[in-house]
Parts: sequence; structure tokens; C-alpha cells
Amino acid sequence: MEEALLQAVQGYMYPNEIELQWSILIVLYPFTTGLVAGAFILASLERVFNVEAVKPTYRLALLTALSFLLVAPLPLQLHLGQPQRSYEMYLTPHTTSAMAMFGFVYLWYLMAVLVLEIWLDYRKEIVLLSRSETGWKQTVYKVLTLGVDNISEASLKIDDRVGRFLTIIGIPSAFLLHGYVGFIFGSIKANPWWSTPVMPIVFLFSAIVSGIALVLLMYMATCFLKGIEINIPCVDTIARYLFYAFLIDFAIEMLDLIHRVYEADESFQSLDFMVRTKLYTSQILIQIVFGTIVPIGLLALTQLVKLTETARKGIYVLAAILTLIGIFAMRWNVVIGGQLFSKSFLGYTTYKMAFATREGLLPAILLMILPFGILWVLVKLLPPWHDEPAAGA
Amino acid sequence: MKKFFKDKEHLVRMAALFAGGIALFVIARAVLVPKGFGLYGHYRAGALADNMAKPLVHAGRAACGECHTDKKDELSKGKHAGIGCEACHGALARHAADPSEVKPAKPEPKTLCLRCHTTNVAKPAKFPQIDPKTHMDGADCHGCHASHAPDKEPKP
Amino acid sequence: MTSDRRDFLLTAGKLLLVTGPAAAFLEAAESGKEMEPKYRMADHYWGMIIDIKKCIGCGNCVRADKSENNVPLEPFYFRTWVERYHIEGGWSEHPDVDSPNGGYDGFPEKYPAGDGAKSFFVPKLCNQCAHSPCTQVCPVGATFETPDGAVLVDKSYCLGCRYCIQACPYGCRYIHPASETVDKCNLCYHRITKGLTTACCEACPTGARQLVDLKDPKDPVHEFLRTHTVQVLKPHMATGSKMYYANLDGTVR
Repeated sequence: MEEALLQAVQGYMYPNEIELQWSILIVLYPFTTGLVAGAFILASLERVFNVEAVKPTYRLALLTALSFLLVAPLPLQLHLGQPQRSYEMYLTPHTTSAMAMFGFVYLWYLMAVLVLEIWLDYRKEIVLLSRSETGWKQTVYKVLTLGVDNISEASLKIDDRVGRFLTIIGIPSAFLLHGYVGFIFGSIKANPWWSTPVMPIVFLFSAIVSGIALVLLMYMATCFLKGIEINIPCVDTIARYLFYAFLIDFAIEMLDLIHRVYEADESFQSLDFMVRTKLYTSQILIQIVFGTIVPIGLLALTQLVKLTETARKGIYVLAAILTLIGIFAMRWNVVIGGQLFSKSFLGYTTYKMAFATREGLLPAILLMILPFGILWVLVKLLPPWHDEPAAGA
Repeated sequence: MKKFFKDKEHLVRMAALFAGGIALFVIARAVLVPKGFGLYGHYRAGALADNMAKPLVHAGRAACGECHTDKKDELSKGKHAGIGCEACHGALARHAADPSEVKPAKPEPKTLCLRCHTTNVAKPAKFPQIDPKTHMDGADCHGCHASHAPDKEPKP
Repeated sequence: MTSDRRDFLLTAGKLLLVTGPAAAFLEAAESGKEMEPKYRMADHYWGMIIDIKKCIGCGNCVRADKSENNVPLEPFYFRTWVERYHIEGGWSEHPDVDSPNGGYDGFPEKYPAGDGAKSFFVPKLCNQCAHSPCTQVCPVGATFETPDGAVLVDKSYCLGCRYCIQACPYGCRYIHPASETVDKCNLCYHRITKGLTTACCEACPTGARQLVDLKDPKDPVHEFLRTHTVQVLKPHMATGSKMYYANLDGTVR
């Protein structure tokens, strides 16, 4: 394997740079936390900004966010050389390291924002189910009630107020959850592909875009699977927000690119060559053309031209799928791209991704499937549809 | 009081759970943070000792000179005076610790000498370098040069 | 007492009992290694002088380091390595650089003599930065700057997250395959604290590499820095590098 890598080096690389340090697993982490942040921000549109139209997706968005958040640390654990020591980040976090923030921001977002908010929103159903269910299912619901049976109007009103408050602090928390990941890359002066002040902002907006696209797809898919009619004003609104977020994301990324090309600092020639050759497919074709320009074009079409509902639904699905692929490609291009060139600016290496090893493609695929499995369980446990009878009732 | 908490008991219980979790964290932290962490900076003070405690593999030229005074003397007179013994003879801390038990291997002259003295465009121009194929028709280095004190001019 | 409360107290009590022996185990597990008794960190501040005009690319330093510090012999892992620069016309934005196996086996000649190019060797190693970016990004404090100027790794604390490897501008860090933790040049800390020099400096036949103690008034480094043209690598990164390269050409990356 090493011999093959040596052969694949073009030009000169510092010897220790030849083998990539961060693999596809590290690409997965910003992708999943991005989906979480984006899904949550879509959910908060209804709760905080009273965008009534997206209400049908509120609970689904939260459950989707939770499913992906539970999976998010797994690729990191799998990647660590000594995963059993990861608790050290809680014991002695180094306050100058953005990565040290991970443990606390993650825990805060999981427990104090997502879990609490979901619990408060579902509490009425949980109590009802704890009364109506039998056997082990009843025990589960009883535990979730924390032993409190009260679902009076007054208590539910309090839940609503606290939930709203949680959503309000949840928004900056979501910004922090994904923004700090952008800072992890953006603050590395040693790597000119990563080092830019706009990195946290670019990450955040692309996260919002990917999260909205995911919820859009999930909503349309679950409606289809359950035979429920898709609420057209809802998806129209979601698509509109997707469009706006995409425009902002694209604008900021283009600003960064134009700035780089214009200033043409010492790293420019090396990075330019890398983009034209090694990253051509993943960056120019997949991320920019098919992953950004085409979806923006499709969504613009729906905003400017009056199309039938069927046509709009078809375009939304296509645009959302392309968006998700494009945002994944963006994470790939940042993480992998940042390691393909030498810090001497004199050479390039290759990323040789294995299949069935600890950091190979197979675990990456399994980790991306896992959240859907978790979501399936969550949806069974806490059905997102208010008018549906509870599971097993 | 009871009236205040009337419809909030579930929130109180949740808050208690959170408080319990935080308490557990504080206790765990007190137990698990390594001793000596933070003494000199944000690191485990014991790491300094860990780095200091590695075994020596090279003895250092001072150690060689303690026993091999004749070679030390010979070296000091010639152009190789600045070279450490282990630069040519390899790492010998084990030999220095137990001279009778561990014997160093004798370096092969041609390989050893040519490592430094083969002509190379990147070497400083004033550094003595030869083309091993043409220099003295590829003869053995020891024919004209003594290793420890190579003469200023090669013997004819 | 209700059965719930009794159960709770029993479980809590069991947990409490476990923490005692757990704490004792952890304390015992932490090494009882001693610091070097005669060495005072406050008396030293380490650096190195590397004189490009003297380096002959023999690779002694690379070999000595690999044997001294248990660095794997497979490719890609080097605590120190030597680069050869070959610059057509004497100046180029894209010099020809190579480092066959880090210089471990020397440099087989591949350039014709007298082609008008400028050519030289550059030894590289950890720059023991005074404002080290690698220390800044370590999430747990497994790498650190010592009071005497060395940047070390705590092998028993490192998670192997590789963030420090990404943050180092000089490419001097790697993951050691045996321990799956980060490794790099530690300035032969086990040697310099005993009054010896580093393995690479010990093995260098021309004195191109010399360990220096900036806090020692008698160290020749002070006079050297005053009288020679000296640079550090990537000065615009302001890392506070303490590897002082004398006679370094501007094309060096």
C-alpha cells in the first residue's frame, strides 16, 4: 500500500505528508452535524418565526436532527488512534483548541436543546401512551414521563413557553455546533486551503442548505410511504428557504474564491493546479455544477415561472438530492482536498480509500445508513403526525 | 409554593436529572484527571519524566573517549577530529554500558567512506569528494587513507 | 422507605464503593517515573543551528535518529529528514526537491555536474516552536511546550486525533503505527537532560547540525547568531521556530 502511495506522489511532498491523516470518516462528521444544524434551523422557523406553513415538518425535522446527532460522534470515535481516551476531552479540554469544544457543545446541544425540546413537544402524547400502552412499551413511556402524569392545559402551556425559549437558544447553539467545525479548519494557518475567516460561515450556510434539503426529502418520502397527501404550501415554503439559503451560501463561497484568485498568494498556483486536476470531478463537476448551480437554477425556475404542482414536486426532489450530493462533495473537497497538496507547494499525493477497513468506505456507508435506522425507531416511538393514531393503539 | 410548582413538576424532575448528571460529571472529573495535570502548563507533568526516561541508544563521543584514549588521540590530530565515534561505528550505548558483552561490528570501509565522500553536485564544492569508479581505479580506501586520521594528502 | 428509594440508595452506594478502588487503580497506573534529578529546566532554553553550507547529505542524522528514537523504518515516518534542492539557473519559484526515503540511504547522484544549477541539502526536523501551532490545537493537552523550550508529546495521553499533524506548517509530525499516537522529534529530550547532545547532532560528521542552549552564556550560539546570516523556515507564520538555519537560500520551502 505504501509503495503504491509513493508511486502516486507527484512532485515533492514532505515525507510525513504523503499519507493522508483525515479520511472519509472525517468528511462524514461535518456532513452529519451540518444536517443536524440545518434540520433544526428549519424546525425553528416555525417555532420562533411563526412560519406556519412549515409546521407539518416540525416534528420530523427534530427527530431527523436527533437521529443524525446520535450518529455524529461515531465516525470520530472510529477514526481516533486511541478512542478509549476520548473522554479526556471532557476532563482536560484545552481551551485554545476548537476541537476541545466538541464534547461540551455536543452534549449541550444533544441534551439541553434537542432532547429537551423533543420531550416537551411530545410530552402530551408520551403521557397518553403511558396510559394506553401495555407491557414493556408502557414501561418505556412511563420512564419518559419521569413519573409525572399531569397534562393539564396549564402544564402544556408552560411546556410550550419553555419549548419556545429552548428553540430560541437552540438557534445560536446550532450555529455553534456546526460553526465551530468550520473554525476547526478555518483557523489552521498551516493549510492555505482551509485557512480563511469565512470558513465557519460557509460551513454554516451549506449546513442549513443540506439540512433543509434533507427535511424536504424526508417529508416527501414519509408522506409517500404513508399515503398521506403532501402539503403543497409547506414544500413550496421549504423550497423557497432552500433557495434563499443557497444563494447566500453560493455568494460567500464565490467571494472566497474570487479573493483567492485575485490575491494569488504563494499557495495559489499549487491549489489552482490541484483544483484543475485532482479535484476536477469532485469540485468543479459535482460540487459546483451539479451540486450548486443546477439546484439553484431549478429552484429559481420554480420561483420565477408558474409550474404545476407535479412539476414543482419533481423539481424539489431532484434539487434536494443534487443539493445533498453537492454539500457532501463540498465537505469532501475541504477535508480531502486540504491534504492532497504539499505544504511545500511543490507536490501532490493521492487519497487511497480502502473498502472494508476501519476508515474505509464500508463503515462510512454503514454510518450514513444508521441514522435512518434510528429515525425509524424514533418515528415508531414518537410518531410525528398529530392526527395519526399512536403506534400500537 | 405548592401552587407555583403545580403544573411544573415534570420540569423540576428534569432539572433534577440534569443536576444529577452534572454532579456525576464533577465527581468523575475529580477522580479521573491525571495527577500532576496543569502543574507546569496544560499537560500532565509526568510526561516530562516519561520523555526523559527513554533508554540511550547512542553513547556519545565522550563515553567512547573514556576507554579508547588512543583512538581519541589519533582522531584529534586529523581532519576527522570533529566526527563522533558513533557516526561511523553505529549506536553503541549498549557497548559502552557493557564493553565485554557487546562488541561493535567493524564498519566496511568502502561503503562507509563513500557515503560521505562520493561526488555529488549538491555537496559543498570545497568538501573532499571523489568519483569512486575513477578515483585510484576503484581501489580500497585503506590503501592510502587511515580512517581516524586521513592524511592531508593521499599517500602516493 | 419506598422500594424505589431503597433501590436508588443501594445502587448509589455500590457506585461510591467502586470509585475508591478505581481511583487507586488509576493512580497506580500512572507511571511512577522520576524526573532527571540533576537537570533544572529553568537553566536551559534549547534550539539548534543548522548550517546549510556544511551539510553533505550523508544521511547520518536520519539513520541515527531512527535508531535512537525507535522510528519505524517503513516509508513516511521521519522525525528528521534531509531534502536536496536543485535549482536551474540559481533561482526558481519551483525548485526541484527530492528526499529519497528521507535521505536515510544518502542521495544517489541524479544530476549532471556543471549544469549551472544551484544545489544543496536542507535537513529538516521539528522546529520546537516557541508559539507552536500544534500545541495550540491539541484538544486535550497531549502535546506541550516545556519551560526549557522543547515541544514534547505525552504518548500515554494522546488520542490520535491528528489535529496537531494538520496544524504543523513544517510537516514534522506523524502517527506512530505501533502506538497509534502522534510522534515527532522531541529534541532527544532523554539525552539533552543528561548533558548529551541529540542523536542527529552526535552523528553529523561536518557539524552542520549543532544543539544550542540559548540560556547558556558560554554557548557559541550567541556569537554565531551575531555573525551569520540566519533564517527560520516559514517566518511569515510567526511560529517562533528555534531551528536557526545559517546560509539558507530563499527558495527553500
